[in-house]
Amino acid sequence: MESLVKNDLITRPDISSGRVIKSVNTPDTLSTTKRLKRSHRHIRAENVFRRILIIVGWATVVLVAGIMVTLIFQSTLSIKASGFGYLWGKTWDPVRDIFGVYPFLLGTLLTSFLALLISIPFSFAVAIFLGEYYPTGWVSNLLKNTVELIAAVPSVIYGFWGLAVLVPIVRSFESKIGVEPVGLGIFTSSLILAIMIVPYAASLGRSMIQMVPSTLKEAAYSLGATRWEVIRSVVLPYTKSGMFAGIMLSLGRALGETMAVTMVIGNTSLIPKNIFAPGNTMASVIANEFTEADHPVYLSALIELGLVLFVVTVLINMVGKRLIKGFSKE
Amino acid sequence: MESTIVKAVNYNAYFGDNHVVKNVNIEIPRNNVVAVMGPSGCGKTTFLRGINRMHELIPGATSTGQIFLNNEDVYEMHPIFVRLKIGMVFQRPNPFPNLSIYDNVIAGYKLNGIKLPKAEKDKIVEQSLTRVALWNEVKDSLTKKGSFLSGGQQQRLCIARAVAMEPEVLLFDEPTSALDPISTSTVEELFHELKKNYTLIIVTHNMQQAARVSDKTAFFYMGELVEYDETKQMFTNPSDIRTQNYITGRFS
Repeated sequence: MESLVKNDLITRPDISSGRVIKSVNTPDTLSTTKRLKRSHRHIRAENVFRRILIIVGWATVVLVAGIMVTLIFQSTLSIKASGFGYLWGKTWDPVRDIFGVYPFLLGTLLTSFLALLISIPFSFAVAIFLGEYYPTGWVSNLLKNTVELIAAVPSVIYGFWGLAVLVPIVRSFESKIGVEPVGLGIFTSSLILAIMIVPYAASLGRSMIQMVPSTLKEAAYSLGATRWEVIRSVVLPYTKSGMFAGIMLSLGRALGETMAVTMVIGNTSLIPKNIFAPGNTMASVIANEFTEADHPVYLSALIELGLVLFVVTVLINMVGKRLIKGFSKE
Repeated sequence: MESTIVKAVNYNAYFGDNHVVKNVNIEIPRNNVVAVMGPSGCGKTTFLRGINRMHELIPGATSTGQIFLNNEDVYEMHPIFVRLKIGMVFQRPNPFPNLSIYDNVIAGYKLNGIKLPKAEKDKIVEQSLTRVALWNEVKDSLTKKGSFLSGGQQQRLCIARAVAMEPEVLLFDEPTSALDPISTSTVEELFHELKKNYTLIIVTHNMQQAARVSDKTAFFYMGELVEYDETKQMFTNPSDIRTQNYITGRFS
């Protein structure tokens, strides 16, 4: 042990003076040795800590790969039974073993993108208000915490609220514009989703806006720009990629949201005729039918549905990353 | 034409309760270069930012008293018009990184939503860049991003951007403190050219620079305007003991 300490540490340069410690044969040999032992222990702790980080880091990769493999493995029965028809098939009839996910794929994409469209003005408004107009103060804190609380409310509560409040409102709106007044459907789900996803884009957008260098904003002000002109010409171009990343985060949340959507979408396997019609999303089909899947092909078809949802989410994320990269290169 | 262009009367500036500029009275003659010097934290930059109403952009910042531009109180005018007439160049070069050199020069027009015909824009860009002695260096790369230029070139681009708006006064907030010596001397030479068309107020903590470039010098200490005189007079025979201590390096 002693020799190891010597070999390892005696020739380490003394960081504070830049000199190399040559010998331990100084009057206070004991305390020097003690010190060296302690720093040896620190180095060992450092190595252990690094290993833990590596293991945990790789564990996440293994986990995601594991989920993917499980999904593929469990779907093989359905893939063999339905082939590619599974993706384009317009009928979902478990009784006759006909599985086509097209209506649910459409449902998922429709609700998610519609929700995104509705939520963007709100997320941008909140981000700009909190990032640029009122970055500090109690009004700002109240609004910031409230918006972040939106993300913390359990989604089943949104479902209840949607059924109790939103569905009647949408129903009366639908009877006014002359479509079948169901209340439940794609549009209602999108409204609920829009509320649920606002905090993601808003929080990221806010922190991005606060990071815009004040020198750039001042340059614009000094040229006679108004606040709105500064936001439009300096702040937004500078935060473009961050804002977009926030939107992607929101979209990811919307694609996977299950409970609230299941409660207000109407749960039909028909292809929605318009955005007010009832429909279903991939996630809500899985949630609704998993307990009813009474034969292996049905179960496997539901798992394949999960696989499709997984792949769609990954694809959209990849496209998003590409776009963000393109933005930041500009 | 009256010779005084900018005049401060009993001007005070605060950050919250912190009194940073104390009762400043000063008259700045047209087409002069006036240096404002003093140790760090003496309120010189705050005073400068009060002239074009940039000071009030900082939350909690307030001011009292008057600042006149051509006998018109800038605090009675709309801040946008004040800033169009009084341009500003900052300590660090801050060209807009997402804009080309060309667009950086006419950024003021773009920001204010002023649409100009292409020929006129070209003219403004060439004229402004020529005035800051940058035209020959960048005329073949006008479409490149402003951030590709060297620090000194970027700072001259920022001066061109301010000049392009045809202001009457140009404020410089320690314009060379982030530049190397060669770029610094290029910018200093520029001041002599620029004062033909504009009035320059330059904040600097570099006494040699104040002595080299200015016609008149103001010395700020602890928020007060201690002395304001012809630069030669100030550096050879200062009337206040604090000025004397400062220029002889007894404190900084």
